[in-house]
Amino acid sequence: MLSLHSGPLDVPCLLQKWYEEEHESNYGAYIPFVGTVRSEDGIDGLSFDVYEPILDSWFSKWEKRAEARGAKVKMAHSKGDVMLHESSYIAAVFSPKRRVALELIDEFVEDFKASAPIWKYDLKDGQRIYAKDRSTAITGSGLLA
Amino acid sequence: MVKVEFLGPIQKKALELDINNLNELANILQKDDEVSDWLESCAVAINDTLVTSLEAPLKDGDRISLLPPVCGG
Repeated sequence: MLSLHSGPLDVPCLLQKWYEEEHESNYGAYIPFVGTVRSEDGIDGLSFDVYEPILDSWFSKWEKRAEARGAKVKMAHSKGDVMLHESSYIAAVFSPKRRVALELIDEFVEDFKASAPIWKYDLKDGQRIYAKDRSTAITGSGLLA
Repeated sequence: MVKVEFLGPIQKKALELDINNLNELANILQKDDEVSDWLESCAVAINDTLVTSLEAPLKDGDRISLLPPVCGG
C-alpha cells in the first residue's frame, strides 16, 4: 500500500491505521521507519516533487519481493512542503518473524533513497533549492550523455 | 511524433520531436544548452518504463521522460 499526501504526514494516524489493517493478519513483527525533517543548514523545511507512474511501478516490485518472503510493505510520502520537525516519509514492513522485517526495512529504505522518483528541495530564505548534493543518480543514468 | 518531458528540477518545457530512436534524441539534447549539463546524471524512461539502451525503438505517441538524481524521504 502506497499513499501520497499533500504536505506533512499525520504519523500517529498512519501508524495506527496500518496497525489496525494488519494486526489480525498473523504477522509477528511490524517495523516502521519514520522520516522527520531536521533543522540543519538554516533550512525552514523541505519540499518534494513526486513522479507517480514510476513510483507506483517501483513500489509494486517491492510489494512482490516482500510477498515472496511472506511479508508486506507499506509506504506514505509527502508532496509539496514539509516544515521542520514534521514527517515526510513513513515506510513499514510486516512479517511473520522479526528477522525478515528488519532486513526488508533496511533494503527497502535504501533502494527507496536510490531509486524512487522523488526530488527534494530545501526551503530556505523564501526559495526552493534543489538538494543536488544529497541526490543520487538512478542506476543507468547518463544514457543520453 | 514523440513527447519528451523533463522531470523534477529540470526547468524545461516538454518537447514534441519527430525521431525514431534514443540516439537521435541524444544528439538533439546534447546540443541543447538548457539540458545538456543534466544528461550525465539523468535516467531515461519510455512510457514510464526505465530503459538502459539507446537502441530502444520509438513509435508515434511515445512519451520519454528524463529523471534527474533523486532524493526521497
